[in-house]
Amino acid sequence: MTESNPATSAAAKDQSQQYLTFMMADEEYGVDILSVQEIRGWEATTVIPNAPPHVKGVINLRGTIVPIIDLRQRFGIKTLAYGPTTVVIVLKVHLDKQYKVMGIVVDAVSDVFSITQSEIRSAPDFGQDTDMRFIHGLTCVADKMVILLNINMLLGNEVLPDASQLSSLLQQLDLEQPQAANL
Amino acid sequence: MDIDLSQFTQVFFEESLEGLEVMESELLKLTVPQPDPETINTIFRAAHSIKGGSATFGFNQVAGFTHLLETLLDEIRDGRREMTANHQDMLLLSVDLLRNMLQALMAGQSFESPQQQELENRFNQELSEVAGVEEAPDNASQSNEKSAAKVSETKDSETKESETKETGLSWQIDFHAGADILRCGNDPILMFNELAELGELKVSLPAQELPEFEDLDPESCRLYWQLQLDTEAPLERIKEVFEWVEDDCEIHYQQLPAKTQLVEGVSPQEQAPISTSAPDSQGAATTAKVESGKAVAKTAETSSIRVSTDKIDMLINMVGELVITQAMLGQIGQQEHIDDNALLSLQQGLEQLANHTRDLQESVMQIRMLPISFAFNRFPRLVRDIGQQLGKKVELILKGEETELDKTVMEKIVDPMVHLVRNSLDHGIESPAVRSAKGKPETGRITLNAFHQGGNIVIEITDDGAGLDTGRILAKARDKGLVGAEEELSTEAIQQLIFKPGFSTADSVSDLSGRGVGMDVVRRNIQALSGSVELASTPGKGSRFTIRLPLTLAILDGQLVRVGEHTYVVPLVSIYESLQVESSKVNKLSEEHEVIRLRDEYLPVIRVYQEFNHLAQAKEVKEGLVMVVDNNNQKVGLLVDELLAQQQVVIKSLEDNYAKVPGVSGATILGDGRVALIVDIPGLVTMSGLNQTQEHAA
Amino acid sequence: MKTILAVDDSASMRQMVSFTLKTAGFDVTEANNGEEALKVAQGREFDLVISDVNMPIMDGIELIRNLRELPNYKFVPMLMLTTESTSDKKQQGRAAGATGWIVKPFNPDQLLATVRKVLG
Repeated sequence: MTESNPATSAAAKDQSQQYLTFMMADEEYGVDILSVQEIRGWEATTVIPNAPPHVKGVINLRGTIVPIIDLRQRFGIKTLAYGPTTVVIVLKVHLDKQYKVMGIVVDAVSDVFSITQSEIRSAPDFGQDTDMRFIHGLTCVADKMVILLNINMLLGNEVLPDASQLSSLLQQLDLEQPQAANL
Repeated sequence: MDIDLSQFTQVFFEESLEGLEVMESELLKLTVPQPDPETINTIFRAAHSIKGGSATFGFNQVAGFTHLLETLLDEIRDGRREMTANHQDMLLLSVDLLRNMLQALMAGQSFESPQQQELENRFNQELSEVAGVEEAPDNASQSNEKSAAKVSETKDSETKESETKETGLSWQIDFHAGADILRCGNDPILMFNELAELGELKVSLPAQELPEFEDLDPESCRLYWQLQLDTEAPLERIKEVFEWVEDDCEIHYQQLPAKTQLVEGVSPQEQAPISTSAPDSQGAATTAKVESGKAVAKTAETSSIRVSTDKIDMLINMVGELVITQAMLGQIGQQEHIDDNALLSLQQGLEQLANHTRDLQESVMQIRMLPISFAFNRFPRLVRDIGQQLGKKVELILKGEETELDKTVMEKIVDPMVHLVRNSLDHGIESPAVRSAKGKPETGRITLNAFHQGGNIVIEITDDGAGLDTGRILAKARDKGLVGAEEELSTEAIQQLIFKPGFSTADSVSDLSGRGVGMDVVRRNIQALSGSVELASTPGKGSRFTIRLPLTLAILDGQLVRVGEHTYVVPLVSIYESLQVESSKVNKLSEEHEVIRLRDEYLPVIRVYQEFNHLAQAKEVKEGLVMVVDNNNQKVGLLVDELLAQQQVVIKSLEDNYAKVPGVSGATILGDGRVALIVDIPGLVTMSGLNQTQEHAA
Repeated sequence: MKTILAVDDSASMRQMVSFTLKTAGFDVTEANNGEEALKVAQGREFDLVISDVNMPIMDGIELIRNLRELPNYKFVPMLMLTTESTSDKKQQGRAAGATGWIVKPFNPDQLLATVRKVLG
C-alpha cells in the first residue's frame, strides 16, 4: 500500500506505511521503508579522525562518501564484532532541504510490515531530561513491541540514552502512566 | 498558431544582461565630448536590441524605458546631439536600473523604483531641449501596444474616409509596376493573390506601352495591370497590399459605383481581415504570475555556461576515441585464452585508455574554465563610482584578463576581490591633495593582475597608496585586546593583525569596508576555495594583496601518506619537501611543541597521529618522515609514517552526508575503491594550537 | 519545403523567428550577423531571407545589398526586421533591394502572415 495520497476514505488515520524492521540488542526497531536505500553487508570503513565512537567511518558507495554508524554504540550499548553476517542498512534522510545518505550497523534485518497510522502510539513521557525524540512511535507486531525510529535523530552526535532493555523500560512506563488515547 | 513566447525569454534575459554589461563597459570607455563613433554605435545597438526584444516578448516597462536611451543614443550617433558627461551619467544609471528591472522580471516580481521616474525626467528634459528632435519619446505602454506597422490598421485611419463609402465597394486599381520591383524580390502575382483574399478580384492586362523587343529587359517589370476588386475591406487595407512597392510603382485607386449592396451597420472593424493583436501585452502580467514568492536573485551565479562549439567538437572526438579503445579492450576480454600477445595488447589498450581518459578529463575541466575578465569587468565601474564618491582620483589597470579559471571558483572569488579593492580605495589611495603633498601623482593607481603559476591562478591587487598604517593597526588591536599593551610586534606581525576576526580600522560604519566584515572573512572565503591570501605593504608606497587559488575545485594532485594504518592525501602543491630528520636537529620547546632545524630555519612539527588520534608507527620525529608543508605562507612540518604514491584524485565531499571534520578538507576514492581523507593543513595547524606560538616566535 | 535564412544578432529573436517558422513547416537556417549570413547564403539557395537591420560588422541593409549582387539572389524575397518605421529607413532598404519589412515588435502570427505574403 502506498502513503501520501490525500485519503478519501473515511479513516485517514488508517493510511498505512511500510516499515522495515530489524533487530538490535534483542529489541525490534522499525524505519520507514521509503527511507531505506539499500541493505549491505559490512565492509571496512575509512576512519574519520576524532569522530564519536559510534561513527565507524565512511565508505565508498558507488562514488559517494557515506558515513557508517554503529547503532548499538549510538544507543550506548556495547557493540558486537563485525563479521560476514553483519548487516548495514543504508538510509536516505531528508535534512535541511537536502538528502543525506548514511548507513547503520544493526544485528539483523527482520521483515517489512505495513502499519497503519492508528496502530502507532507515541512513546510515553520519560520525564526528566531524557531525550527520547529518536522514537517516532511504538507499535506492536506479532505480539512484539516495535520501536519506530525517527532516523533524523540518528545523525546527531550526542550519544543517545542507554537503550538496553528499552522495551521493558517502555512497558514499565506504560504501567506507570496511563497511555494517551490513540492518535 | 499558438506559439508560447515564454520559451525564449530566458535567452532574452541572458543576452540583455550581457548587452547591459557591454553598454556599461563601453560607456566607461567613452571620452566626452568627442566619443568614438564605433563605441557609440555599439552602445546604441545594445540598447536597440534590448528594446526590440523586450517589446517583442511583452516586457513593456523595459521597452518603454529603453526607448528613451535609444532615442538619445540615436541622436548622438547621428550627430544631431553632442554627448556630455551628463549623458554618460544618465546612461550608466539607466544601465543599473534596467539591470534591476530585468532581474525583477526574471524572478517573477514586479518592479517599481523612484529612480525610474527620475531618470525618465532627465531623459525627457534632455531630449526636449533641442528643437527639431524627430520623435518625442513615446509613452511606454502606448508605443508597444501599437501593433506592428505592417498591419498598421488603426481604428482612427478608418474613420478618415467617409463612412458610407467604406464598405462593400468595387475598386479599380491601376497598377503600373516599377521597373525594379522584381529585383527587389517583389512579385506582382503574389500581391494580386493577397488582394484576392480580400474579395473578388479580376485582373486584366490592357494595352501596354512596352519597349521594343530587343530592348526588353527580362529582369525589369514594365507591365501595367488593371485590377477590379470587390471587397468589404477598406481602402487602407487594400493599400497595404502594395505598401512595400508603393514608392516605386504608380498605383491609382478608383472607386467604382457600388455593385453590391451596403450591408447595414457593418463596421469597418469587423471586416479587418487580419487581427492585430498587440504583442502579448499579457506578457508582463504572465511574468508576475510566475511564482512571486521567489526572492530576486542577487548573485551573479548562473546555472548555465557558454561553451564554444570547438570545445564541444573536441570532446566528441575524444569520446569517440574512448569508445574505440573500449571496444578493442572488450574484444580482447572476450577471448577464451589470454595468451602473451593478448596480454600485450591488453596492456597497450589500457595505456591508451589511461591517455584518452586523461585527455577527456582535461578537456571537460577546460569547459568550466572562463577568462577572469568576467570577474574583472565589474571593477572599472566600481572604481569610478566609489572614487567619485570619495573624491579620489583613481586609475584602474587590468592585466592578465585572459587568464582562465574555473567558473565556480571565479564566482566565489569576486566578493573577496571587491572587498580588497574597496579597501584600497578607502584606506589605501589618498586624496589628490594628500598625494600631491607627498609628491605623488594626483591620480592613484590600482592594478589587478592575474596569471598562472604552478597549479594555481594568482591574482594580485596592488595600489600605490599609503600602505598599511601599522601604528593605527597596533593601536586598534591593543584597544580590542588582541595585543597586549606592552607587547612588541614586528611589522609583518602587525600587518597580519588585520586578518583577525572583528578587526576594522574604519572610524564609522560606512557602506564600504568599515563594517567589520573584515579581512578575516575575506581570508576564510579564500581558504574555503583551497586558496590563500598574502599581504605585502610598504608605508607611504602602497600595498599588494596576493590571492592564490587552485585552478579547479574538483581535482587535486595528491601525495598519499600513511599514518599508522590510515592513508591520507596531502595536496602536492602545498608540499615543499619531505625528509628524515635526525634527533640532533629536533628541539623540544615544551611538552607539546617541538621544532626542527631545517638549514637556517626552525619549523614547528605537528604529530599528525596525535591530532588525528591514531596509533602510529613513528612516535618520535626521528622515527618517521617529516613533510614540510605550507600553511598560509609559513612552513610547518607534518610527522607521518611513510610516503606512498602520488596520484591525481577527485575531491569528494565529506560534508554532503556527514559533517565538516577539523583537519580534513574532503575525501577521495583511491584506485582500489577505498576512501582516503584529504588533509586540511591550516585546519590541522589550528587543531595543534600552533597559531599562537608562531606569532610570538616571530 | 521552402528554405529561409534568418539573420539577427539577438539570440532570443533569432530563436523566436526560427521556431515560429520551423513549426509552420519551413526549413530555417540561422546566422548571427551580416557577414556570416553572406557566407551561408553563398553556399546554397534560400527561398527567403529575413534579416534584422541593426547588427554589428555588416548591418541588414548592407547584407541585402550584397546579397543582391549574387546571381542566385537577384529575385529572392528579402525582408528587413526593423523597429524604425520611418520612410527614411524604408527608402534605404528599398534602395538596397529589400522586398519589404516587418516592424518590431511583432508576434509570431504577424511574422507568418508576412512570410506567406512573400512566399505565396
